[in-house]
Amino acid sequence: MSAKKGVTAGHGLLETLGRRSLAAFEEIGRFFFILYSTVHWTFRRPFDWHQWVRQMVRVGVDSIPVVGLTALFTGMVMALQTYRGFERFHAEAYVGSVVSLSLTRELAPVLAALMIAGRIGSSLAAELGSMRVTEQIDALYAMATEPIQYLIVPRVAAATLMMPPLVALADGLGVFGGYAIAVGLMDANPVVYWEKTFQFLDLNDVFSGLIKAGVFGLILSVTGCMKGFFTTGGAEGVGRSTTAAVVMASLVVLVSDFFLTKILF
Amino acid sequence: MPRAAATPNVTENAARTGPKIAVIDLWKSFGGREVLRGIDIDVAVGESLVIVGGSGAGKSVFVKHLIGLIHPDSGHIIVDGEDLTQADPAVCLALRRKFGMSFQEGALFDSMDVFENIAFPLRRHTRLGEEEIAARVNECLDLVHLPGVGRKAVNELSGGMRRRVGFARAIAMSPEILLFDEPNTGLDPITSAVIDGVIVEMRDNLPVTMVTITHDMKSAFRIADRIAMLRDGRIVAIAPPEQFRSLPDPYVQKFLAGEPLEEEVA
Repeated sequence: MSAKKGVTAGHGLLETLGRRSLAAFEEIGRFFFILYSTVHWTFRRPFDWHQWVRQMVRVGVDSIPVVGLTALFTGMVMALQTYRGFERFHAEAYVGSVVSLSLTRELAPVLAALMIAGRIGSSLAAELGSMRVTEQIDALYAMATEPIQYLIVPRVAAATLMMPPLVALADGLGVFGGYAIAVGLMDANPVVYWEKTFQFLDLNDVFSGLIKAGVFGLILSVTGCMKGFFTTGGAEGVGRSTTAAVVMASLVVLVSDFFLTKILF
Repeated sequence: MPRAAATPNVTENAARTGPKIAVIDLWKSFGGREVLRGIDIDVAVGESLVIVGGSGAGKSVFVKHLIGLIHPDSGHIIVDGEDLTQADPAVCLALRRKFGMSFQEGALFDSMDVFENIAFPLRRHTRLGEEEIAARVNECLDLVHLPGVGRKAVNELSGGMRRRVGFARAIAMSPEILLFDEPNTGLDPITSAVIDGVIVEMRDNLPVTMVTITHDMKSAFRIADRIAMLRDGRIVAIAPPEQFRSLPDPYVQKFLAGEPLEEEVA
């Protein structure tokens, strides 16, 4: 009897494993389908410049406060933490270097991407998801308009193009935040701090961070659009897609960060 | 405009000129459940075909196949001699331009006002100037008896108005074929009659072929040249309205009388 139960439990486990694996492969397939279709439709007429500009304002300009504040306070915390730590072995002079390097190479792109994943990834999924369940996407097809070209291309392009300038701004604000805390609060020498900030910083560090930012923008927008585009199940489905978009986009950003860091540095 | 005399299987018009739409042995299943099980039907040029059936009979799935929104498991949909199921994406897009479709709840773009919704296909597919677009949008709004609502937001419209704006958007490009997906669902009887009136006017005044799906028999009798009954993914009866009432099929009679089937009661 117990052996039979064990076999049944084993079957159940295998079944669940199989179902989850299939779902994961389906999700990966959808991601690459949206990515491929987006690239395919980006270079085809008609070009919706109005949509591009609208989405760039939404992703870029409207995200400045949230990304700026995140970077500013991250720079401030970095300076506070490293100053206290470095003080112990009299290396306070290198706080500026640590803040600038960690911000440009890692923290600014990743934290900005996570903030944008929360702000834009979720809204893309919610917007496209509600368009799906109210048949607005079907209506686009019915009007001989490719929804990927009209809806997804401008959104993905906007996120990919606007993430690097956002991260450049975040780099600047983060470094300034670090400087303000180190000099204003910890009485660090402003000239030394400034000199050390740039002493070990290569242009390559900044550019690699900006390349990361562009890739993160691409990944998180494709993820958000994909979750929205394939939404099923009415209002509840839109809620599910929105949550899943944020979780998945954040995870994909963090995972891809490792590989990008390995490739770029 | 006099309506084409119809026979149960193929209208005289279809027999003479070839059908506008020919559906051949259409099958579709979702997750192992067969929704369409071998549908064969022709729609003649200028005909108004109404497909009726209960909830879950496969009506919406069928009409979405006609415009290529859903791909069949097998079978063919021939529009003006071109097989929609075999066509490459570019041909598919071109074929779709022959269609105008009105969706159940209107499917209007809520990020745009009424004017922009109707102007959308014109801006997308024509080189008309702003004045010409405005003239065409107003003409379409007049056709659906909604003059002057162009600048209203979509969320300010009632259910009936949404449907009519959906009709206006569907006819903006002067399509050859109009598809209506449940145009009366969820509307009160008076608004429903107004909607039917607008469809009948379009049928009589525009050079279009129409396919409407509905479960509202009153509406079907008002707007149809032929009525087809869909049940369990199959066409079980097809006839002009006057003959449809007297069809001996027990399901049709129960459906007309609004009575449950014995197996449903049990």
